[in-house]
Amino acid sequence: MFSEDQNCWFIRKVICWRAVASIAWSVLLLPPTTAAFIFLSRFSLFHPVQWITECLSLLTSASTIFSLILLGGVVLLAGVFNLEYYSVVPSVACSRIALIGQVLHPRQFFHSMVHCILGLVVGWCCAVTIGGRYQALGYPCTNDESGPQTCLNEFHLVLLLAGALMGYRHSLLGVVTNMNYVSFNTVQQYKYLCFKGSLPLVFRASALQGLYSLRNFLLLYFFMGHVPRAWVCRTMDLHINSSDPPLNSVSGLLDLGLLYQLWISGTFLLFTWYINVLLFRIFVTEAYSFPVQPTLTEDPQLCLPEVITSKQPLILKYLSLQDLVLLSQHSPPRRLEVFTLSQPGGHPLTWTAVSRECLSLLTDLTERLVTHHDTVSSNGRAKSKSTGSNTTSTTSSESFSTDPMNTPRPGAVIRTPDSVFLRSSVRAGPCPLTAPFTPDLDSPFSSPALRLLARPLGALGPLSPGYSSIQSPHIMRRGPKLWTASTDSQLNGSPPMSPANVPSLSQMQQKPSFLVTFLQNRKDQVKHFLAKRVLVMYLFNKLPEASSQALFADSQAHIWALEGLSNLVAASYSEDQYGVVQTTLPRILTTMLLLQEAVDRHFKLPHASSKPTRSSCSMGDSSYRTLRFALRATLKTAIYRITATFGEHLNAVQLSSDHRKRLQHFLDYKE
Amino acid sequence: MGVSERDLPHVGCQFTLNGSAVLLHHDMRTATFELLLSFVHVVMMCSLALFPPPLPGDGENCHYSNDKSNTDPAVWFEDSHALNLYFPRESLKPHSRPESSSKAAFRDHCETLYTRSAGAWRDAGFSGLLNEIANSSAEVPRWLGVISGCALAMLRWVSSFHGSLFPHLTLSSEEMTAEFSQVLHWSDCAVRSFAWHPHTLKCAVALLDDSIKIYNPKSSTTPTLKHRLQRSVAALQWKPLCASALAVACHNCLLVWHVDPTSLSTRPSSGSAQVLSHPGHSPVTSVAWSPSGSLLVSGSPRDTAMLVWDVAVESCVPLHRVGGGGVTCLSWSPDGSRVLAATPSSLFRVWETRMWTCERWPNLKGRCQSGCWSPDGSGLLFTVQGETVIYALSFTDTPGLPLGRSRGPKAAVVVADLSETTLETPGGEITVGGEIQSLVWDPRGERLAVLLKGDAGAGRPGMIAVFKTQINPGFKLLPCGFVQGEDGTEPRLMQFNPNYQHGAQLTVCWSNGKITHVPFYFTSSVHPGPGLGGSPQLPLSSQIRTADYP
Repeated sequence: MFSEDQNCWFIRKVICWRAVASIAWSVLLLPPTTAAFIFLSRFSLFHPVQWITECLSLLTSASTIFSLILLGGVVLLAGVFNLEYYSVVPSVACSRIALIGQVLHPRQFFHSMVHCILGLVVGWCCAVTIGGRYQALGYPCTNDESGPQTCLNEFHLVLLLAGALMGYRHSLLGVVTNMNYVSFNTVQQYKYLCFKGSLPLVFRASALQGLYSLRNFLLLYFFMGHVPRAWVCRTMDLHINSSDPPLNSVSGLLDLGLLYQLWISGTFLLFTWYINVLLFRIFVTEAYSFPVQPTLTEDPQLCLPEVITSKQPLILKYLSLQDLVLLSQHSPPRRLEVFTLSQPGGHPLTWTAVSRECLSLLTDLTERLVTHHDTVSSNGRAKSKSTGSNTTSTTSSESFSTDPMNTPRPGAVIRTPDSVFLRSSVRAGPCPLTAPFTPDLDSPFSSPALRLLARPLGALGPLSPGYSSIQSPHIMRRGPKLWTASTDSQLNGSPPMSPANVPSLSQMQQKPSFLVTFLQNRKDQVKHFLAKRVLVMYLFNKLPEASSQALFADSQAHIWALEGLSNLVAASYSEDQYGVVQTTLPRILTTMLLLQEAVDRHFKLPHASSKPTRSSCSMGDSSYRTLRFALRATLKTAIYRITATFGEHLNAVQLSSDHRKRLQHFLDYKE
Repeated sequence: MGVSERDLPHVGCQFTLNGSAVLLHHDMRTATFELLLSFVHVVMMCSLALFPPPLPGDGENCHYSNDKSNTDPAVWFEDSHALNLYFPRESLKPHSRPESSSKAAFRDHCETLYTRSAGAWRDAGFSGLLNEIANSSAEVPRWLGVISGCALAMLRWVSSFHGSLFPHLTLSSEEMTAEFSQVLHWSDCAVRSFAWHPHTLKCAVALLDDSIKIYNPKSSTTPTLKHRLQRSVAALQWKPLCASALAVACHNCLLVWHVDPTSLSTRPSSGSAQVLSHPGHSPVTSVAWSPSGSLLVSGSPRDTAMLVWDVAVESCVPLHRVGGGGVTCLSWSPDGSRVLAATPSSLFRVWETRMWTCERWPNLKGRCQSGCWSPDGSGLLFTVQGETVIYALSFTDTPGLPLGRSRGPKAAVVVADLSETTLETPGGEITVGGEIQSLVWDPRGERLAVLLKGDAGAGRPGMIAVFKTQINPGFKLLPCGFVQGEDGTEPRLMQFNPNYQHGAQLTVCWSNGKITHVPFYFTSSVHPGPGLGGSPQLPLSSQIRTADYP
């Protein structure tokens, strides 16, 4: 609760203000964008003078001002949604059904609906601005039988619907391409320069995406266009002028002017929103400098050693880790503060806190990797012999998926026997048909979204995809042990574990209730039955290398921990006056070498070392797909940095003989 | 190859100062050097006339003073001659195949217009497509032919206008690489690029036939790297703090090879190379790794943006700045705080790497040809095309302390004048001096080697002049000697070996395809720091051995 206050403080004082600034800038950028849109939409090659004067008069008209205000509101709302939905850890869907689950999640559904409506509003603004035949929904027409009446202007309707579809598609693609994922830049730049540099990219992306969504819209309208038209006519009491050709026909849609206007307005819509997203990312990921040591005026809880150990919110943790890296690379005075001793007392409190947090991050990753490797390599076969509900459920879910690889959500390490046991006994009666949708943490279709869908709120505490493992270090630590208890394959990579909790738990899992076993068997049968259906297989099959991506989804934190730690250790060679780093050096080296071993083993798995295809022009940041490669490279560089700095002196560090051998490879530049 | 080495005491040094000749006895040498030091410091200028004249005769002549007289070449590599390499020019077949010529020879011309257009689009971009359409007027509708002809003419007009602004844009890719490479006469040079590994005794050599060989005296295998995209290699650099990664600047992309040092394979597959390409970024003429090994910058004379790559993720951040027309030569300062980026026009930039802002240095006489950083990253020496002097800039502040821009120096200072001078040698007068091709500074900051272009027409071969340098307490530049090759050869490329223990070792690639290593023995008070650009300079305390570990 104490840290809760902290987090609230940080979110309230920093992140919110950054978001407000980004929204303000995107609203300020609206008038020039709108002006450009007006000029482009009214473009006429043969009457240039008339075109310019018309546009200039339009720019100052009341309708444009009103549109601008409306658009400002739209941007504001979209910005609020950016703030509400952003995440620094991408959510990786391991199968198609998981992706569908994400899309259908109520939270996401709300997002999509709101964006659909916002798109509609932007479409209306565009229609009003373009004017001419797009101006209004209805126009007076005369019918032979009933005299003057109001007819439906289908051009206006098409613009509105196109806007709505583009808004919806924006939200949908946001899920698929992880647009809400905020990635941190590899190089620090001033915000303006960063914005200027990405502007061409945003422009290209919006033009291209506008084209794609135009194509989709045309297809949709061609086949389904009569439905909204009829509905609008009925509700608004409009008539269809039979003398106008309907637009949901080939000839109607092949109107070049209409296509151009649709494309331009789609690009305009996406451009304003993408700018919003871009500015938000730039502002939020801006480096924040935390004080290393408390000063008199500031709260000691806002210092780097304090915030770096906080679990929530993730953005605070990420920013503090980033600050640690920048500090370790660029500012010797701040480094010195890390190496100083506390006064009075003479304890290296800062260094201890920082190094402990970094090491615990790395250890967590190692254990996660070891667990994953273990489950994959054991293939579920060995465990099927042992009794216990947990193993049965694992086996069944794995036998269901053709790909034996397990789903390694970053949070999947909470798959401890007790949790599985608990769930399978508590939720004793799930309908067999919904069985695939139950949040089997082992099953290939588990994703945070699905789990959120299926799990009653608060069943397992707050579910942050990346950090649940960190939140429960105790459970984590004994994870591998318990899993391998029956096969008795002690992992060479896992550090010594505390045996304290093991006996009681293993006793508990010795005796599963009869009901549970029965239900598991039924579930098994259902899954076998379903596995034979093609569509089901298509939906439930795991996407290749998604498991690797998911495992390393939050690796940016680990990369920073590695960089910060190794830079500090390398700097300590000449800057650490009290030798505070030396005491932790063996532990740092051991942790890094263990991680190195685990990473090496992970990259030997199928799909782990295959590079994903580079995504085309879109605003979604796909850098998370290659985070594991970045982690591997950073890890090697980090170890080399330490060995290159200390050289032969590392022989004096106490290490196990295995690690010493490994370290010798690094000293010889043979890795 | 043998080295004829003579001790300086037999030669003596002749210095010409203000027209008066001073003959020094070797006993007096040290003292007088000190005197000379202060003199040079006052004048802030050092000229070739101060050099001891090069000796006639075959073999390299290495003149240097103040060295321990250890002339055994075996010391160079601890009982290994493996790195004295020889690549005869005749044995290497240049990869001279313009894309279009082979196409004409092999491609069936009965292909449809569509296929050919697609091929032209792929090979030569939009202008190639237009060209293809305009040329096949029989097959396309008349209006299309006319339109593409007009567009092509317009494009050419625009590009010629653009080319008049930046004349280098009219060069072909090969010519451009040759023009901006640090190698003298790059196009007919057998060894196109050379790179020492920063931490271990290992080097990579790029050859005329577009292959790269990796030599390691401790291992019997010499891996040969070949890749489909590895054409006209302009630069090589090993990744610091890594054993395996080698960045290669190629014709139209950047390759990062991962050569496993423990592997016994002599032909690593092209799968172990990462291809980094960015539209418009070709030919790549320069690459530079950050000394911390995390980032890679690359530059192309056609691309105004300098790309900063995160190699593992294969993503890049383009850093655009107006002016210059491209990036020709990149050099990262050893402490990692700054990057020198030269452009094809009379302008260069010095980027600071914390917030990636840059200082412009416009109004040079020509383009910046070459530059090198002092080991502590505080000083920069550079040369300008068309001038025969070396300029120095010093950056005094420690960058990155405040978030503000780092304040650099206000003006560059001329520290050495290498204009043509006639020196008297026992074999007659010879002329040395002229324009400078490249500069390299040894990792301890004690020797500076300058590759002089020479002039083949005037009978003045390329030559390497070596200076002794001193950085602390003040920057000083002293003449040391010349490095000459066998008769009829000239140096093409040079680099200091960063792992040489006994002083400095200059690796020189000669025009006849030989690679030799010229040692300079001296004892230095400054030890090059391991790893991070020499940041840890304290002598190791015994603390670490006696510390109690829990």
